[in-house]
Formats: sequence, C-alpha cells, structure tokens
Amino acid sequence: MANQYETVFIMTPVLSEEQMKETVQKFEKILTDKGAEIVHQENWGLRKLEYPIQKKSSGFYHLIEFKAEGSVVEALELQYRRDERIIRFLTVSMDKYAIAYAEKRRANRKEKAAAKEEVKEEAPVVTEQPQEVNNESNQTEQAE
Amino acid sequence: MAQQNDIKYIAPVAVDIKKKKYCRFKKSGIKYIDYKDGEFLKKFVNEQGKILPRRLTGTSLKYQKKVAQAVKRARHLALLPFVTDNLKSNY
Repeated sequence: MANQYETVFIMTPVLSEEQMKETVQKFEKILTDKGAEIVHQENWGLRKLEYPIQKKSSGFYHLIEFKAEGSVVEALELQYRRDERIIRFLTVSMDKYAIAYAEKRRANRKEKAAAKEEVKEEAPVVTEQPQEVNNESNQTEQAE
Repeated sequence: MAQQNDIKYIAPVAVDIKKKKYCRFKKSGIKYIDYKDGEFLKKFVNEQGKILPRRLTGTSLKYQKKVAQAVKRARHLALLPFVTDNLKSNY
C-alpha cells in the first residue's frame, strides 16, 4: 500500500518566477514518472528565512503532498541533493492525523482564498456606488 | 507585640492558590501538531528559541514529544530559528 508523504523544499531567491516554476515542474515530473500520485500542492512564494542558509536570507517555499512507495522518496531526495537550486528540503510521511489535518488546512485555505476573492469582487462595487451617486448628483446639479 | 504583627504582614501569605496546568492539546482535541505553522510553535519556545519544558507549559508527555518534533522540523526549514535573542519581541 502506498504511503502518503509531504515534502517541502526551499529554492534559492536568485531564481526568477519562471525559473522557480520550472524547478517545481521538474520535481513534479520526477514524482509522476516514478508513479506517485500528487494529492496537493502549495506555493508559499518568497519567504524570509529565520536564519541564513548558504548566505541567503530568503527563499521560495513549495509544498507537495503525494502518495507513493517509499523508494520514490529516496529518488526524490537524491534529485534534491543534486539540484543546486534547492537549498533545503524536508520529506515526512503522514499518519492519519496528519492527513486529516492537511485536509482541514486545505479547506481553510480554500475558504480564505474564496473570501479574499469575494472581498475583491465586492470592493469595486462598493467604491463604484458612491461614485455613481456623485455622478448623478453632479448631473442633477448641472441640469439645474 | 506590634512588631510581631508587622512581621506577619511582611512575610508573604502562603500562596497555595495555584492554577491547575492542563495540556492544551488534550483539552482542545488537537491530534496533529503542524511543523509548518511557525507562529503557533513560537508558543512553545522561549525568547532564545529553546523548547519550553513540560513543567512550564503543562503539555502532556505524548504531545510534548510531538511539539518537540514539530519545532525541530520547523527549525530545519528555517521557519523557526535555532538560536536567537528576543524572539518574542519580534512580533
């Protein structure tokens, strides 16, 4: 039976956005080629590190949850070590509580994202309404 | 006599009213401690970034082990510092 794993890796901040995405795709491909099923992905973007790693004080964080055999993890970590764009990585196997937590976390993040979008959608409407009122009042004034 | 009374007041009255410590994970039913949440884990380290002992936080043994594991993972990912000063004043 395949285990579920969670891997977080940190890429150097010298990469451009595209190079960063390319790197992520490379590791996605490594996983899928080995027969892993990617459950979830998160890109945390550029984050400040709490202490410098390789004299760098920030890095791109990326998280992948996947289901695979244990041997895949070894192959993945070997590729991490060989890639000099990766400055730090961590892979942990998930127990049932971790999986439950991850699902909850995902739902929370979705809600937050949805809430943000709603706010974005509402915000312009709210700003537009007073403008319209102003316009109308201006027009009426002009009409008078 | 008066002096004796004064001394009685100066000496601290026996403070036996201790607040009972409890394990916050058992109480709130948290089963998994996330190493990705650095801000949450900061509750379990002191200003220098050291893990606080059970006798101060009241965490049960089962969850103290998990807290320690999570803090160590977070340190590896640079989400928490290994050593620092004034961790708490940063936020």
